[in-house]
Amino acid sequence: MTVLSLVIFLPLVAALALYLFRLGDRASVWTWIVASAADLAIVSALWIGYDGPGIGYETNARWIPSVRAGYHLGVDGLSLPLLALTALLFLCCAVYSLRQTRRVRTFAALFLFLETVSLGLFAALDLLLFFVFFDLSIVAMYFVIAGWGHGERLRSALRFFLYTFFGSLALLLGFIGLYLGSSPKTFDMVELTRNPPLADKPGLAGLVLLAIVVGLAVKTPTVPFHTWLPPAHTDAPAAGSAILAGVLLKMGTYGFVRIAMPMLPDAWREYAWVIVIVGVVSVVYGALVALAQRNLKRLIAYTSVNHMGYIVLAVGAAGLAGDEAARRLAVTGAVTQMVSHGLLTGALFLLCGVLYERTSSYDMDEYGGVARVAPVFAGLLAVASFGSLGLPGLSGFIAEFQIFTGVIGAGTTGAAIAGGISVLGVLITAALFLRLLQRVLLGEPGTLTAKVTDVGAAERVAIAPMLALAVVIGVAPRFLLDLIEPVSSAVIALVAR
Amino acid sequence: MSAIAWALPALPLVVGALLLLAGRRADGIAPMLAVAAGLGTLGLAVAAAVVRPDVTFPLFAGLPAGMAVDGLSAVLVLTVASAALAVLLFAAGDIGPDDARARFFGLMLVFAAAMLVTVTATDLAVLLMAWEVMGAMSYALIGFWWHDDERVDSANVAFLTTRAGDLGLYFAAGCAVAGTHSLSLDALPHAASPWRDLVAAGIVVAALGKSAQLPFSFWLSRAMAGPSPVSALLHSATMVAAGAYLLLRVHPLLETTGWAGTLVAWAGALTALVMGAVAVAQRDLKQLLAASTCAQIGFMVLAAGVGSVAGGTAQLVAHAAVKCLLFLGAGAFLTALGTKDLSELHGAARRFRLVGVTFGVGALALAGLPPLSIWVTKDIVLASAPVPLYAVGLAGGILAAAYSVKMIVAVWHPEDALTRDDTEQRGTRHVGLAEKLPMPVLAAVGVGFGIVALPGVLGPWQRLLGASGEDGPTAFELVLSGGLAVLVAAVVASRRVRIPAPAVARNWFYLGQAADRLVARPVLALANALAWFDDRVLDGAVRAVAAGGRAAATVTSRRVEFPTDGLVDGLGRSVRRLAVLARRPQTGQVHTYYAQAAVLLVVLIFVVVLVG
Repeated sequence: MTVLSLVIFLPLVAALALYLFRLGDRASVWTWIVASAADLAIVSALWIGYDGPGIGYETNARWIPSVRAGYHLGVDGLSLPLLALTALLFLCCAVYSLRQTRRVRTFAALFLFLETVSLGLFAALDLLLFFVFFDLSIVAMYFVIAGWGHGERLRSALRFFLYTFFGSLALLLGFIGLYLGSSPKTFDMVELTRNPPLADKPGLAGLVLLAIVVGLAVKTPTVPFHTWLPPAHTDAPAAGSAILAGVLLKMGTYGFVRIAMPMLPDAWREYAWVIVIVGVVSVVYGALVALAQRNLKRLIAYTSVNHMGYIVLAVGAAGLAGDEAARRLAVTGAVTQMVSHGLLTGALFLLCGVLYERTSSYDMDEYGGVARVAPVFAGLLAVASFGSLGLPGLSGFIAEFQIFTGVIGAGTTGAAIAGGISVLGVLITAALFLRLLQRVLLGEPGTLTAKVTDVGAAERVAIAPMLALAVVIGVAPRFLLDLIEPVSSAVIALVAR
Repeated sequence: MSAIAWALPALPLVVGALLLLAGRRADGIAPMLAVAAGLGTLGLAVAAAVVRPDVTFPLFAGLPAGMAVDGLSAVLVLTVASAALAVLLFAAGDIGPDDARARFFGLMLVFAAAMLVTVTATDLAVLLMAWEVMGAMSYALIGFWWHDDERVDSANVAFLTTRAGDLGLYFAAGCAVAGTHSLSLDALPHAASPWRDLVAAGIVVAALGKSAQLPFSFWLSRAMAGPSPVSALLHSATMVAAGAYLLLRVHPLLETTGWAGTLVAWAGALTALVMGAVAVAQRDLKQLLAASTCAQIGFMVLAAGVGSVAGGTAQLVAHAAVKCLLFLGAGAFLTALGTKDLSELHGAARRFRLVGVTFGVGALALAGLPPLSIWVTKDIVLASAPVPLYAVGLAGGILAAAYSVKMIVAVWHPEDALTRDDTEQRGTRHVGLAEKLPMPVLAAVGVGFGIVALPGVLGPWQRLLGASGEDGPTAFELVLSGGLAVLVAAVVASRRVRIPAPAVARNWFYLGQAADRLVARPVLALANALAWFDDRVLDGAVRAVAAGGRAAATVTSRRVEFPTDGLVDGLGRSVRRLAVLARRPQTGQVHTYYAQAAVLLVVLIFVVVLVG
């Protein structure tokens, strides 16, 4: 039993314990909290103990030897921040769920299962293992939305399942392509990174990349594969939305950096422009569509399209020609954005849940003047909004500034134009978040304002740490960047092969 | 010693953040704490100006960041810290216990801290961080009374307009890395073309936006929605001053590009002229002061364009003192008398003598009357300007004399039967000690700062700013501008001439409406159209695929499934029929079996014969 296996399967064991000991509602949530807290503590210890660069805490056991797929786990500067983010978000959602009243034990068990799946994905170093976790995340989230959602939850859940399942099938096709193209044939990610498959078959490599990119683009999501996201978020329970946006979307962007770029470097460089354009379109389109929303949760869902667009832009630009240091900066920004978006959007969705729990409405026009009745809620929402619009002093700026500076700083005309257009996203998100704050928090009270009460202790304890960490990263980002930067250098070197 | 560079912004930042976190619990001690922090910050600013600290620290990979205090920064940190202290002191009296004082003073301290970082940053990343935080604080302060939707609208306009300009800095940072592989401000002039030009363009847009120069000026009109002390700080030593400072800081870059200096100079000169005309046409005291800020900052921007760092900086300091004073005076009148309408303020200066006198002195300085400060500082700027720019600047100066004297006339005119108090809010009829305390000090600076032009002082001033060799004003220029100012002032004061106030100037040349019609509404319309597209077309396509899948399933079950099933059924039926047939011969009677065997034998023989 290695320490990474412990991290991954601890939540699953806790989930089984819920049933084994037939725990009650309160005890179930507290078990969830304790298990997640323990996991967070272990991941923090792993972070402190990790002396990179390279893979740490590696495990490689036989699993399906006939296709050379192994139970291969390990962490580096790319996966550690995401593991920590996952552990923190699940802990925050556990605390938030102290207010949950419907079928609590199953809810907790499902989330613990989802935590195992998410942690497993970010630690997996084998494509089949990665795929298993990738697929299971869809299954677990389907049940979360269908079982504890609201509105048209069954419809949204089914659509979420079918759409992202289609994506994962494309991904599987791509993985099989990588397997068949490798020699000796293997699903091992480390070996596939060391000896990129299909190096001498550019046409086939392009097709495999297409399958992988489509699979990841659905999960991320990018324009035009994003339309499952708004209904899924709108009808999911708050904790489900927070995990969906905070953790599950990162599986897509993580795949770009972990799989697509280093394993198909030639094809990536060849089609980098397509990726860049998809990124730019996602940035501007996502922001503009978000601007037009009246439903609070749909609005935040669309800002995710915008924020993920910055990441896609950065990883696309990493494959272009141009200054190497600048492209490294862009990749560092992309990984930082994964963490930052998880913290800020996770907090935003939990805050949406606070409102919905009291009023059962996401319609922003029915609010107004909420700051009067719920000052602490107002403060938290304001901080999260300004973080999300990229205000310096919060993590979003650290991520986006590096992305813009890296993309434009690469020094080619095309990259400068792409970066220059994407900068507009910062202005549009500013406009939409100011509108959000005005409609919900400020001005005259609306019809539902009187129903709103301020955040309770559990909600406060759940949401504040995410925002506090966003501030820490915004003010003193070096502890995070020191971990990410070696990975960025490695990725840029791998893509340049 | 580098600790001072950290401590200078950290003190107001930390105290401000703590006040914001504490919320209304800290309302009681907030004013005291803020004034104490302001005093401490001024002390640190003095220390920083003497010691000249310098720090670098890692921020992003390969792009070291830093803060340092050189001559220009030393002048700026002293100005910022002094103005902040003056305003905090005034606010301690002016912002009453009914308001959320902890939030107010917390935001003000963070606002000042952001400006302190802006003026000491040595690289674009740190500069941009402080620059944007300053914008966010101005948003929160303009929208301080957030119950009122209109004030929130104004805050939104201010933040979005300045952030639209800030995009220039984001772009410039990327281009700086492309051109110099660093973000250092000092390296910018050495960037390769075309990156150098793109950096310059980005910085110019950001600075013009922040400084409310044409065509961005309208946001400053909306910024008046905030409390008076906010205006006093925002218009003097923070926010609008930041744009002018940045242009002065990067004037070597502007110079090397060739075009940027000229563009900036004309933008500043035209703003001085156009916004001067706007100020003359205003009927509201705070709106007049706002337009005059744009115009006066225009002279600093002009200075950066023509390379008069000494003049621009002197103008910045003198204007900061004067404008801070005037806004404090206007705020005192508003709080005490409940109005800022120029025609309702008659007699205000007589009712509150100290406020009236210091306000009058400030306005005289703003008018450019000799021997007061702005007369001199403006002429140092214009001394470096070529003739066309000089002429435009001089015209701007004449307008300054007109609008300044208009204010003095309004507040010193005896109260008459038509004068009404409390047209906008309930006045307190009282100006307290805390409010009065900063006014004489600011007035003294506003009067006396003109000494920088004295022969023995101008040289050291230029050396302090690293601007030796820049032109000083000639005696003729001083006499000309001073004479014109006196003449115009006399004409306006005589009240013989009706001052024209065309609607277009009164409405700030409809710049705000233009931005709304040409930018904001089209973007919103586009957003709505895209949302429709996303819902109907993109998601419609996905739904169509799903519906298509269902339809295909139905078709399959009817058209393919039935025949296939039928085939299998048919086969079964045929087999059954054959079986029935096959059962027929099985009679169980030996003679029929024998007959069958005989027939079979005949057939066999027949086959063998035929084949054989």
